[in-house]
Amino acid sequence: MTATVDQVEREIGRDRRRKEDQRLITGRTRWTDNLTLPGMLHLAMVRSPFAHATITSVDTSAAKTAPNVVAVYSGADFGDELGVCINAWPITPDQVAPTHSPMPSDRVAFAGEVVAVVVARSAAEARDAAELVDVEYDVLPAALDLKEAAADTVLAHPDLGTNKSALWVFDSGEAGTGAPVEDAIAKARTDGIVIEREYRQQRLIPAFMEPRSVVVDPTGEQYVMYSATQIPHILRFALAATTGVSESKIRVIAPDVGGGFGGKLQVTPEEWIAWAVGRRLGKPVKYTETRSESLLSAHHGRDQWQKLTLSAEKDGTVTGLKVELLADLGAYVAIVGGGVPVLGAFMFNAIYKFPAYHFSVQTVLTNKTWTDAYRGAGRPEATYAIERLMDELAAEVGVDPIAIREKNWIKHDEFPFTTVAGLEYDSGNYEAATARAKEMIGYDELRAEQMARRASGDKVQLGIGVSTFTEMCGLAPSRVLGTLDYGAGGWEHASVRMLATGKVEVVTGASAHGQGHETAFSQIVADRLGVAFEDVEVLHGDTQVAPKGLDTYGSRSLVVGGEALVKAADKVIEKAKPIAAHLLEASADDLEFANGRFSVRGTDQGMAMAEVALATFAAHNLPDGVEASLDSDATYDPVNFNFPHGTHLCAMEVDTETGELKMRKYVCCDDIGNIINPLIVSGQVHGGLVQGIAQALWEEAVYDDSGTLVSGSFVDYLLPTAADTISFEVDHTTSPSLTNTLGTKGVGEAGTIASTPAVVNAVVDAVRHLGVNDIQMPCTPERVWRAIQDGGSGGATTEAAQPHFDEAEGAGA
Amino acid sequence: MIPAAFDYLAPTSVEDALAALAEHGDDAKIIAGGQSLLPVLRMRLNAPEVLIDLGKIDSLRGIRDDGDAIVIGAMTPHSVVGSDPLVAEHAALISKAVEHLADAQIRHRGTFGGALAHADPAGDLGGPAVALGAQFVIQGAGGTRTVGADDFFVDLFETAIGDDEILTEVRIPKHTGWGARHEKFVRIVHQWPIVAVAATVRVDGGTIAEARIGMANMGSTPVRARAVEEALAGQPATEDAVRAAAERADEGTNPPSDLNGDADYRRHLSRVLTRRAVLAAAGA
Ligand SMILES: Cc1cc2nc3c(=O)[nH]c(=O)nc-3n(C[C@H](O)[C@H](O)[C@H](O)COP(=O)(O)OP(=O)(O)OC[C@H]3O[C@@H](n4cnc5c(N)ncnc54)[C@H](O)[C@@H]3O)c2cc1C
Repeated sequence: MTATVDQVEREIGRDRRRKEDQRLITGRTRWTDNLTLPGMLHLAMVRSPFAHATITSVDTSAAKTAPNVVAVYSGADFGDELGVCINAWPITPDQVAPTHSPMPSDRVAFAGEVVAVVVARSAAEARDAAELVDVEYDVLPAALDLKEAAADTVLAHPDLGTNKSALWVFDSGEAGTGAPVEDAIAKARTDGIVIEREYRQQRLIPAFMEPRSVVVDPTGEQYVMYSATQIPHILRFALAATTGVSESKIRVIAPDVGGGFGGKLQVTPEEWIAWAVGRRLGKPVKYTETRSESLLSAHHGRDQWQKLTLSAEKDGTVTGLKVELLADLGAYVAIVGGGVPVLGAFMFNAIYKFPAYHFSVQTVLTNKTWTDAYRGAGRPEATYAIERLMDELAAEVGVDPIAIREKNWIKHDEFPFTTVAGLEYDSGNYEAATARAKEMIGYDELRAEQMARRASGDKVQLGIGVSTFTEMCGLAPSRVLGTLDYGAGGWEHASVRMLATGKVEVVTGASAHGQGHETAFSQIVADRLGVAFEDVEVLHGDTQVAPKGLDTYGSRSLVVGGEALVKAADKVIEKAKPIAAHLLEASADDLEFANGRFSVRGTDQGMAMAEVALATFAAHNLPDGVEASLDSDATYDPVNFNFPHGTHLCAMEVDTETGELKMRKYVCCDDIGNIINPLIVSGQVHGGLVQGIAQALWEEAVYDDSGTLVSGSFVDYLLPTAADTISFEVDHTTSPSLTNTLGTKGVGEAGTIASTPAVVNAVVDAVRHLGVNDIQMPCTPERVWRAIQDGGSGGATTEAAQPHFDEAEGAGA
Repeated sequence: MIPAAFDYLAPTSVEDALAALAEHGDDAKIIAGGQSLLPVLRMRLNAPEVLIDLGKIDSLRGIRDDGDAIVIGAMTPHSVVGSDPLVAEHAALISKAVEHLADAQIRHRGTFGGALAHADPAGDLGGPAVALGAQFVIQGAGGTRTVGADDFFVDLFETAIGDDEILTEVRIPKHTGWGARHEKFVRIVHQWPIVAVAATVRVDGGTIAEARIGMANMGSTPVRARAVEEALAGQPATEDAVRAAAERADEGTNPPSDLNGDADYRRHLSRVLTRRAVLAAAGA
């Protein structure tokens, strides 16, 4: 049954202001850090300053005598009840992975790792006492450089014997999805074009707004963990699986959570330590990290070397693509850790008809902060590589970068299209999105201006960057995840509860942390059941309220969680129908449901859903054998991913004297299928763009040669603000997805995935005529200037931060 | 982030503040706007036992015209300095530098004297101070002394202010009618400069009569581009003449290398920015 709402205004497609914003923006809501429980104690962590060291002793005696200190523990004080931080995605059966204790007692493997915890009556007293814990270390050589680590010159975990964790390979020849790539490359070496490049995906820090925070309450019948997490359900499962507490005794609550970007898709040492300490003491405990701790020890993202070989015919028709990645796991294999590059494995071929494809990733352990998902997870890396390469191919052939893409992309009448990586793209129209984006930016005029500036030798050159991205999202078909050895499924769950008063409670397992689920999901249910938007309440983020779910990441909430909701709402209608028919004394076959009303076809008789709800609640007059409930559940597991795409164009001015960059214009035309709430979509796109642009231009986690994070504060880890960005122009074409009934595609990561190569392509395009064909990210003015000077890619970042806060400043005037 | 515990004093006169400094010696620290000191305390880079807050001493706040100089009280917030008409008229270089300093929140809390006393060579105010020949009025138990800009900045985070002294005000010789330009080079706007060049120029009938140029982040203290100043005197205010002179901007400098730029890049920037600043200041 479809609920078409023709007469009343449809909610889907309206730019509803977000219901949740009042409480989120004013801060008058429940975050984890503002919870105060009776008798609650506070934790402070003692962290290793060394990247790799043996712990020779931990002296807690001075700390234990500090004012109001209740306890001080090191790893040695706990046994198995401390549990371990899990890796849920062993990408190969022989993956090498160190045990990840939340608080190791013998050896630390990155600077920032927790070695002891202080429990005190106030956070300030805990922090003061943490300074008194005396830990002695024997410093070990640290594996820091990714390439060197891959050569096993220094071992990050000596007992493992190697830093090489897993080698994961996809080969279209072997998989039967395409031809062998070596043949294509060999042929191109003799009579075609071979483009060989090496690109660096620098290390990034997710930098969510709300630092991570956890409260553990062991005083009730269920142990409760409140956490600023993206994944309350997975967290509950992992606690049960590793700490010996029965799953039924665990309740996890993610209150309002202030952003995550993948950075809170994790089970963290701090959560596990708080859990163990709370249970040990039988008292509620709280731990909230500082921003410095967050930058240092919350998981980082990206960090790859990408070796790429693209083969083509002389006219620019692509014939093969070979991708060899080195991916830095950091010190441990995080929950999804090694799987992140695998999420990119199917996307390097992107929208192009490569007949042959080979992908391999070697994941590598180092003595740096562990890495995991960060907005886009695997797909930004893939999109960057292929979109940079297509520009290089265009330059080699001597044609416009859009022309080379058009020559190779899947045409709109070729959908559904099975790619060389084995995925079936259901829908898309690259021609339409590209035409619209070109029109928005004034492509031909910009090219003319570029020519003029080149001809006159203008100090300020203009570049136009292209990115015709696609991605796979909506994690995900459980069967596919199973074939990839992922530890869980990809379904999502929803419940719809019809209240006696005709209002609706919707329960979703997709737990929002800033996305706007409460608004968008209300719109979907309002349309489906014909109730008012305001009458729908969306509940989530507490395993006692929303017992089933797989949480929010991978642009899955709408396409998987939203579809589960539709299915649950449809079941409500199905359950209401016989009751309505009974009350209307009509045959169920003669009823139709529209605009929230059941009506008897061909008559003016009818009954509103709210009336059916009340009658069901009263249960005075139900048909025989019908239960007194309209409430319904649904668990939805998609059969395929979905594939948003779009064309992003960036016009960048480059001051060739200083290397300074000035973005002139950024336009994008994304195809994300049907749109539930255009305002939320624009928020996702704008925010996503800034995050992707930030990788291209600003952000980089930098370590020095002893393994200290030198970009350890926002003074040196450069997050842009509104003052650093321009206003983007965003538009859409619409090719509804065929893999869910709403026809929607994910949009949470699209902007981030698409924008990075658009920006770097623009920078390179501006100075290509000066002998430049690559500039390493982030494209700092210095790198741009150096590239212009010597034709290289700009050189490495100096691994030192400038002091602005004087260490001697505290004492003496 | 939580600083270690400290005692807090808020004297209402400079004398009381000096007495408190004398009493607590090395254990005490003066706090002005706290925009540099608070991060130090919160990151626990250090832990003084006593903070002496100058915020309640009214005499340290305000800007006045004193004949041939503008006098800025040490505790005057950046935001007040930046919007002050006297400063704009007689020391435009300072107004322009303040406009670029950090962000609005920091400009409201941070003080003119605090920034200069902090002596971060990347600070935006050091360049204008040396360019304009600022005079620093420093008070101690034994009285008041005045130190010229060239002697005030000693090294990284180090000034001529003694352990038992307070910077009370800064006298800026008037440069009425001089053109001014602050060229600050950053990657994101709320950042300390990678290099900044502060130039002020007196133009007389198309000729540069005098030029004064101060630079940030080209050494362990703010530095004057004296070679450029000399080369510019008497030159026409033209692109070619200024370009030639600006080539000497990095002479005698010793810029740092860090993740925002290596020394050779900073040298290059100083030359380009000096040319741009001088040309703009000269109205050319
Ligand atoms: C995020 C951030 C960004 C910033 N960006 C910039 C920038 O772009 N450009 C820039 O120039 N600055 C920048 N600053 C620094 C800012 O200008 C500070 O305001 C300034 O450096 C310190 O001034 P304050 O009044 O806050 O001094 P405080 O922090 O209170 O004190 C700083 C030091 O000076 C001493 N002191 C203060 N007043 C006196 C006095 N009267 N006599 C003797 N000693 C004194 C204190 O004891 C302390 O050692 C930034 C600061 C932050 C936190």
